Amino acid sequence: MSAQPPVSADGQAGASAEERPGRIEAVPVRHPGRWVAVAVIAVLVAMFLHLLLTNPVFNWPFVFEAMNQRVVIEGFIYGTLLVTLGAMVVGVVGGVILAVMRLSPNPVLSGVSWVFTWFFRGIPRLVLLTFTGGIGALFATGLSIGVPFDFLLDRWFGTGELRLFTLSQTEINVLVGSIFGGIIGLGLSEAAYMAEIARAGILSVDRGQQEAAEALGMTRSQTMRRIVLPQAMRVIVPPTGNEVTAMLKDTSLLIGIPVTAELFFQLRNIGSTTYQLIPVFVAAILYYLAATSVLMVGQYFLEKRFGRGFGSRMAPKPKAAAGAGAGAATGGAK
Amino acid sequence: MSPEQPLVRALNVHKAFGHVEVLKGIDLQVERGQVVCLLGPSGSGKTTFLRCINQLETFDGGRIWVDGKLIGYEERGGRLHRLTDKRIAAQRRDIGMVFQRFNLFPHMTALENVTEGPCQVRGVSKREAKLEALALLERVGLSDRAGNYPSQLSGGQQQRVAIARALAMKPKLMLFDEPTSALDPELVGEVLEVMKELAAEGTTMIVVTHEVAFARDVADEVVFMDGGVVVERGTPAEVLGAPKEDRTRTFLTRMRSEHHA
Repeated sequence: MSAQPPVSADGQAGASAEERPGRIEAVPVRHPGRWVAVAVIAVLVAMFLHLLLTNPVFNWPFVFEAMNQRVVIEGFIYGTLLVTLGAMVVGVVGGVILAVMRLSPNPVLSGVSWVFTWFFRGIPRLVLLTFTGGIGALFATGLSIGVPFDFLLDRWFGTGELRLFTLSQTEINVLVGSIFGGIIGLGLSEAAYMAEIARAGILSVDRGQQEAAEALGMTRSQTMRRIVLPQAMRVIVPPTGNEVTAMLKDTSLLIGIPVTAELFFQLRNIGSTTYQLIPVFVAAILYYLAATSVLMVGQYFLEKRFGRGFGSRMAPKPKAAAGAGAGAATGGAK
Repeated sequence: MSPEQPLVRALNVHKAFGHVEVLKGIDLQVERGQVVCLLGPSGSGKTTFLRCINQLETFDGGRIWVDGKLIGYEERGGRLHRLTDKRIAAQRRDIGMVFQRFNLFPHMTALENVTEGPCQVRGVSKREAKLEALALLERVGLSDRAGNYPSQLSGGQQQRVAIARALAMKPKLMLFDEPTSALDPELVGEVLEVMKELAAEGTTMIVVTHEVAFARDVADEVVFMDGGVVVERGTPAEVLGAPKEDRTRTFLTRMRSEHHA
């Protein structure tokens, strides 16, 4: 863009000193670049629409037919939505507990939290889910909850078996092979990420807040629950929105377990039996976009709720949109 | 323990941060209903000493009693035992504190800030706490601001809410840590006014302040600290009117010239 000649300020030279400058009627800066951009984008959009509308491979009627299949809808509700919800509940609750442990003065608790985060953040989710699905192989004789090394105690002291209850290998396989296994696997992985987010949130709260609460005679846990965490939520919610979006997409990894009651597996299944691959992929894209759009709206209201009392320092609307966009970017990297 | 025992008694209080000794043997006695002002240059240890009284800081030597009870420790079998966090929290209930930077809870309205302590700590019912809180907000002249969040209040208003919040716990002792230092000059007066009323009503107060005029008008005793020790103490007339020590004189001259500048 070329620089415009400045509006000359010849008021002081010619006119009398008494004449006071009035309303400014300046020529605005021209933005020819914007019109070029509009033209280029318009052409690209037209080309894209041409592709969408005229290419027979898209087979739009089939897209909507595939989206309407009972197995697909069930896969979306159970495998995608329910697992996202369950894993996020496990992840958020676990993450907050891990963050509080990490910041605790007790070195054992903070060490355990660090190791948990190190372990679960270091494993790809597909690998973790595949391992979860196969974990039954470890327990050929079943899994018992009770006193460890009870066979030794029995040998030395004759205490007998000290076991509360036992799950058989078949029961374990059924359990981890269902969406329950997916919720646990994805939830533990999520807890590791949420721990870091919650920790950042807690650390963002001014130290004076804790002192003020303690000076009122509140205990450590009251201070955390009533004063620190509600303020930390303001910092925790936006990145958690990204995590939900990422989780929604990562439910497509349930095939690792393998759980088949899941959106993308069912759609791909339809695609491979009918040779209509592109239409089923488009159907999956539409489902995921619809779900993430709904999440963005929910995040907007959550941010508003936890931004109470912070006035103009919080600009919720653009932040929500930017957050979801960043989520799409980071989500793929996991 | 005589009935005339002082409300606060501090003996030979020592405190070091690493190798830096910030308190080198502070003694202090505050009778019930008395107002004591701690004066001194920054870094003299007065804020640290104030924070020791409600255990926001631990101290390394000496003893502090509030209302006859040892603060932060318990003597059992000839040895001192550190109190658990829960019991320290219980000791703090009777000691109100007002901070330099207000530290109001930003996610709560003025009213909720004041009811938080009574509801959560003293177990008062919501309704009762609300009535008490409204009366306290009225007392600090803010009954029309009960529904506002701290960010919607001026600094002076925030500090007055903070005073109401501390009073809501019905403390035996009020600690003020430079309550007007973070305020714009034109807002200092409204906070000092509230504090003067409290003093007139017989509230026991320990005030760390740079407001020499407030100390002169309100304090029963003025304690001048520098370098972690008490340099001089006495009535306002003695310490502010006719200081005996050079350090006190230098400090007061500087404070006054700053005020006129």
